[in-house]
Amino acid sequence: MCLGIPGKVIEIEKNVAKVDVGGFVRDISLDLCPDVSIGEYVLIHTGFAIQKVDEKEAEETLELLRQMAEAI
Amino acid sequence: MKFIDEFRDKEIAAALVQKIHRTSTRPIQLMEVCGTHTVSIFRYGIRTVLPEQIRLISGPGCPVCVTPNQDIDLAIALSRQSDVIIVTFGDMMRVPGSTSSLQKEKAEGRDIRIIYSSLEALNIAKGHPEKRVVFLAIGFETTSPTIAVAILRAEEEKLHNLSFLNSQKRVPPALVALLQSKQVRIDGFILPGHVSTIIGANPYQFIAKKYGRPAVIIGFEPLDILQGIWMLIKQIEENRAAVEIQYRRVVHDEGNPIALRKIEEVFEKDESRWRGLGVIPDSGYRFKESYKHMDARNFNVEVEPSTEHPECLCGEVLQGIKSPLECHLFKKVCHPENPIGPCMVSIEGTCHTYFKFQ
Repeated sequence: MCLGIPGKVIEIEKNVAKVDVGGFVRDISLDLCPDVSIGEYVLIHTGFAIQKVDEKEAEETLELLRQMAEAI
Repeated sequence: MKFIDEFRDKEIAAALVQKIHRTSTRPIQLMEVCGTHTVSIFRYGIRTVLPEQIRLISGPGCPVCVTPNQDIDLAIALSRQSDVIIVTFGDMMRVPGSTSSLQKEKAEGRDIRIIYSSLEALNIAKGHPEKRVVFLAIGFETTSPTIAVAILRAEEEKLHNLSFLNSQKRVPPALVALLQSKQVRIDGFILPGHVSTIIGANPYQFIAKKYGRPAVIIGFEPLDILQGIWMLIKQIEENRAAVEIQYRRVVHDEGNPIALRKIEEVFEKDESRWRGLGVIPDSGYRFKESYKHMDARNFNVEVEPSTEHPECLCGEVLQGIKSPLECHLFKKVCHPENPIGPCMVSIEGTCHTYFKFQ
């Protein structure tokens, strides 16, 4: 029920974005997440973008994990 | 897919499993609150790679499962009105009420439709001005702002034939109820990632400050879950209790303020009944005065007295007190083709997940 999937914003018209989710393009409401730009990723839940995906945070998490794995 | 594949890296997963084994020295029970976590934990075999002394128990985080029979029975009663169209999310169709289900009613000819997004309810209402469209609106804080947007738009567009049977729930008060009931020992919480994209980390602070338990907001990919469990174990081993965020790419302390404002515009906190947990203060929403005319509970219909199947353990399973394996209906009488309780209906229900993966 609380499923969320990331998708890439490829077009914005008013408060609706066309979002590429694994090759499928869907219309997604930006009512809850208006401050996005083309090329950014959003988390989608029941047809709404509910949060921007922070690429920098994602990379930092992965980098921390890679360093941890190398240290083992 | 970006932000998914990277978080399924096998080598890093193996390293995290090693870290967990090296760090863990004592038996602990962690509760994964969210049904989406339960599914991921089983799908990726997380339980099988953890040390035996770390036990994961499933919690009440499945909105379909915690919707009480009273609300399902009311939706069924409304569906029997000749001028009513019921719309709801897919899993609600098959949940048994006291004597029927929405799916059975649909087979009897009632107009009941599945929607994927709350905005579809608006289109159905616009397309059928002669009907009363009732949205059986369930969900946690992840979904609530999307329902609030639908309400605000309905008001804006003066859609007078759309109303909402609101059965939404708020997660933090349910955690208070679990911690207070003391029926199950919880040493730490795996907190729901997507609820937290909306509400942030701040509403959970009581878990650490008042109850002294660690809690980590965790994502849904294998590396997220393993890293989150490792963070929980570290806190426990260091005798610390804090609310931490593992799922930093979408969760911030303050959540999504725009989404929270939408909820606040339409709803105010209210007590709510949960299957298994009973009535919990502040765990639901009621309409604010200016939106009360959209409350489907205003309709005057006769609803049958609600009853539960006497042997179904769904209520205990939702609290982590019992495992589906302890229910003697499980797999014998109760299975996905013939669900006795909602925990076997929802794809995120604990019983359904056990049936599929165990």
